[in-house]
Amino acid sequence: MAASITPVIMPKWGLEMREGTIAAWLVDEGARIAVGTPILDVETDKISNAVEAPDPGLLRRKVAQEGETLPVKALLGVLAEPEVGDAEIDAFIAAYEVPAASEDGDEGPALYQWVEVDGLRVRYARRGPDSGVPVLFLHGFGGDLGNWLFNLDAMAEHAPAIALDLPGHGQSDVRLPGTTLAELAGFVARFLAAIDVECAHLVGHSMGGAIGAQLALDQPGLVASLALVNSAGLGDEINADYINGFVRSASRRDLKPAVELLFADPSLVSRALLDDLLKYKRLDGVTELLEALSASLFAGGRQAQSPGRGLEGKDVPVLVVWGAEDRVIPAAHAKNAPAGATVEVLGGAGHMSMMERANEFNSLLRRHVMAR
Amino acid sequence: MPASPFPLGKNELLQVYRTMRTIREFEDRLHVDFSRGDIPGFVHLYAGEEASAAGIMVHLGHGDRIASTHRGHGHCIAKGVDVMEMMKEIYGKKGGSCHGKGGSMHIADLSKGMMGANGILGAGAPLACGAALAAKFRGKNEVAISFVGDGASNQGTFLESLNLAAVWNLPAIFVVENNGYAESTSRDYGVAVDSYVDRAAGFGLPGITVDGTDFFAVYEAAGEIIRRAREGGGPALLECKMVRFHGHFEGDAQTYRGAGELDDIRANQDCLRKFSAAVTGDGLISAAELKSIDTEVLKLIEEAVKEAKAAPLPTAADLTTDVYISY
Amino acid sequence: MARKISMKQAINEALDQEMTRDPSVIVLGEDIVGGAGGDGERDAWGGVLGVTKGLYAKHGDRLMDTPLSESAYVGAAIGAAACGMRPVAELMFIDFMGVCFDQIYNQAAKFKYMFGGKAQTPVVIRAMVGAGFRAAAQHSQMLTPLFTHIPGLKVVCPSTPYDTKGLLIQSIRDNDPVIFCEHKNLYGFEGEVPEASYTIPFGEANIVREGKHASIVTYGLTVHRALEAAVTLAKEGIEVEIVDLRTLSPLDMDTVLESVQKTGHLVCVDEAHPRCNIAADISAQVVQQAFGALKGPIQMVSAPHCPVPFSPVLEDLFIPSGAQIAAAVKRTLAWGKH
Repeated sequence: MAASITPVIMPKWGLEMREGTIAAWLVDEGARIAVGTPILDVETDKISNAVEAPDPGLLRRKVAQEGETLPVKALLGVLAEPEVGDAEIDAFIAAYEVPAASEDGDEGPALYQWVEVDGLRVRYARRGPDSGVPVLFLHGFGGDLGNWLFNLDAMAEHAPAIALDLPGHGQSDVRLPGTTLAELAGFVARFLAAIDVECAHLVGHSMGGAIGAQLALDQPGLVASLALVNSAGLGDEINADYINGFVRSASRRDLKPAVELLFADPSLVSRALLDDLLKYKRLDGVTELLEALSASLFAGGRQAQSPGRGLEGKDVPVLVVWGAEDRVIPAAHAKNAPAGATVEVLGGAGHMSMMERANEFNSLLRRHVMAR
Repeated sequence: MPASPFPLGKNELLQVYRTMRTIREFEDRLHVDFSRGDIPGFVHLYAGEEASAAGIMVHLGHGDRIASTHRGHGHCIAKGVDVMEMMKEIYGKKGGSCHGKGGSMHIADLSKGMMGANGILGAGAPLACGAALAAKFRGKNEVAISFVGDGASNQGTFLESLNLAAVWNLPAIFVVENNGYAESTSRDYGVAVDSYVDRAAGFGLPGITVDGTDFFAVYEAAGEIIRRAREGGGPALLECKMVRFHGHFEGDAQTYRGAGELDDIRANQDCLRKFSAAVTGDGLISAAELKSIDTEVLKLIEEAVKEAKAAPLPTAADLTTDVYISY
Repeated sequence: MARKISMKQAINEALDQEMTRDPSVIVLGEDIVGGAGGDGERDAWGGVLGVTKGLYAKHGDRLMDTPLSESAYVGAAIGAAACGMRPVAELMFIDFMGVCFDQIYNQAAKFKYMFGGKAQTPVVIRAMVGAGFRAAAQHSQMLTPLFTHIPGLKVVCPSTPYDTKGLLIQSIRDNDPVIFCEHKNLYGFEGEVPEASYTIPFGEANIVREGKHASIVTYGLTVHRALEAAVTLAKEGIEVEIVDLRTLSPLDMDTVLESVQKTGHLVCVDEAHPRCNIAADISAQVVQQAFGALKGPIQMVSAPHCPVPFSPVLEDLFIPSGAQIAAAVKRTLAWGKH
């Protein structure tokens, strides 16, 4: 009986991940590890991240080799107490079958769904249980729902998790309902209505945070709680070099230095990440749309509005998470969180803290959402 | 003032004369300067053929396009290309029609509807079909004219274009400037049919043959087929039988000509003399008026040569510019 | 990302979207609609391989079937471009360039330069290229070098449906004459393509696969042959980087040189014949600009110096194979070793 054998398996980061490559083992066979210890570095073509120990235990066997590429849910290693014999572990490994990789369409609900809001076609993803107050993830300027690739499935284990491509972003129609935070927030409210959601926990990154804060002010009944991640709307400064560099770069070479500003570790910017961004930016109308949006929200490196500061004295529970090395919006803005908010500034992370410190972020978010 | 018995009023006749005289003096001056070694490359002179260019171009505006031949100076001048710029171009200078990058065989001015002289014989015919196609889409009753010589009238491009224009009912006019020689080869040798009207008919187009040294004959025939094309009546072919006074190219000894042929055509086939005689004979225009135009034209040509000689040369920096719009 | 369509559908979609957006875009060619003048169906073919099918219903007489006279209609497309339209002329097979090459290389290519900068010829000439269809010597050539050689022309040869749609839209919007090469053997190849319109700039190669041991530079069908070689080589621990040139003129030498700096070993693969082809061009440029980075002699893998044969067994030997490419990689890696 394989009672105390715990498999360590290849995670699924993001809706499209099919396989990952073992970059490095971080612990040795025979090491005792606690829950949450990073034990492997895994690379996908999009990004790298660490796989954490799912349970406490003794690492008995490394199954995957460094440099090997394996499908999602493949067996990477085995945790088991010393009493479990090697033969049993061998048998477990031999018998382990990777659950059949679901091709497009086989996985139950489709990866993405579409809804029309005010004549504007919006792409979104919905994961997790059918009941419970949903968590709505709002990406930032120039981003898309894929920014939440390390967070969506993690949240979906506890609550319905929804992420959309804002208008003019990702695969949603290249059109804006307006360029002010109020207009964008109003659109998000109508999106929620269109997918029959009456109330949601909002999680907003960067510009998405400002939109979330604006919505909390305009339609408080819609917002169960607010999580602001490296958020706009809590201060004046924003890095104009980043915004302009991002919007105006037409080639991979020009775009790379701008995108590197997003991360504390620039080596996280892979070729695939840049290619995906370029493919988006090359869609007709995107550059003009981003110019219009940035001119309205971030002209001259100053944020035009501060809905985050307007949350003072409001009833909504607020979590503020920042990466200490944010080069786009200064981490100092976290101090402007409303009184009573939970504020966490994570070391070793930049503007994309929900990616760079995904595991810690997911824990913080889970606690914030599940406490309601 | 007596009314004009001609299809054109007095001022228009004077303008036509000026055009033809400008072509004549431009070409004759090049003939002299080329022999002195002043001019690089090849030039092919239009002197003697003026009535064709003038008789046709007088019916056209800037929206009408023409595609010319290697012997394109006359077409350029009649279409309104700037004479000063043309001379600079022939001298290979900056400020020339093509900033010295094209030369005599490639002078163009798209703003005047002149799609270029062409070093490839017959190449202009498909281009003119394209201009006619664009005119059809534009819907302003504009036309396009392709000039070829008797030699180029054998090129596949020309023959394909006759068919294409007929099949698509394009407002395209094909003008065969038959001066009797394809370089040194006589038309009689190189062209199997005697009449270009028959060749046109073979391709399903109407054709007219006129004496190309008679301005009024050209004017009338061209007017009719251009009007027809503007009204959607489709393409046609116009043969202008004419003579060229100089060689195929400058430097051509013309030993292929018969004895006394050159003297004879200059004496008896000079379209300018015929035109002058016609308009002064009636009393409508005086010889003095024509003479005064002659003087002005000579002055213009002298100015053009002086300016061309003084104009700056292109520099090494100009060598690789304008290959693309963007690269 | 998005839905999957074939290269053929990508071409159709690009033409459709541009014709919708810009009324000056017209499409001409032999049988691109089909059935002209007869008693049967109009849009009978939509092109000899159905690439332009369905466009006539949407855009009507802006699609024009032409008589069998390449000089005339390719020239007409060029003339119309010089007069402000944006024609897309189809040269059914690039092998037919012989009967209209003057219009392309002496006229369209040279107007801007000869006329002192005062001309614009925004014409696209689409043509099928390449072997593998058993279409034999006169319908199977990869004549990209002949066009790449000519100043004033731009030459594009995509290898994926995504690149095809973006580059064709870019070609139509570009103001210079563009020769757009479509590999007939990739028409059915499917890939993810956004529904929206988008462009890809010229002069930007794509790194299809990253690797540190050797660089393979190629374009068109042989990109896929290089990918096959990569799989075999990976089993032996050799990781190759594959650079898909996408546009041959303008050419992205920067990406090629960066790759060679990284790997030190270069294999250029070209379906065109070996004399004066793209592989030879790139090899010479790399030697001149990055000699110090090379750790072994550059290998050129191309079709042989013979016309494309008919018999399938021979034609299959004609096109550079994954095995030939892998062997070339190993040859340059082995240089100096025993």
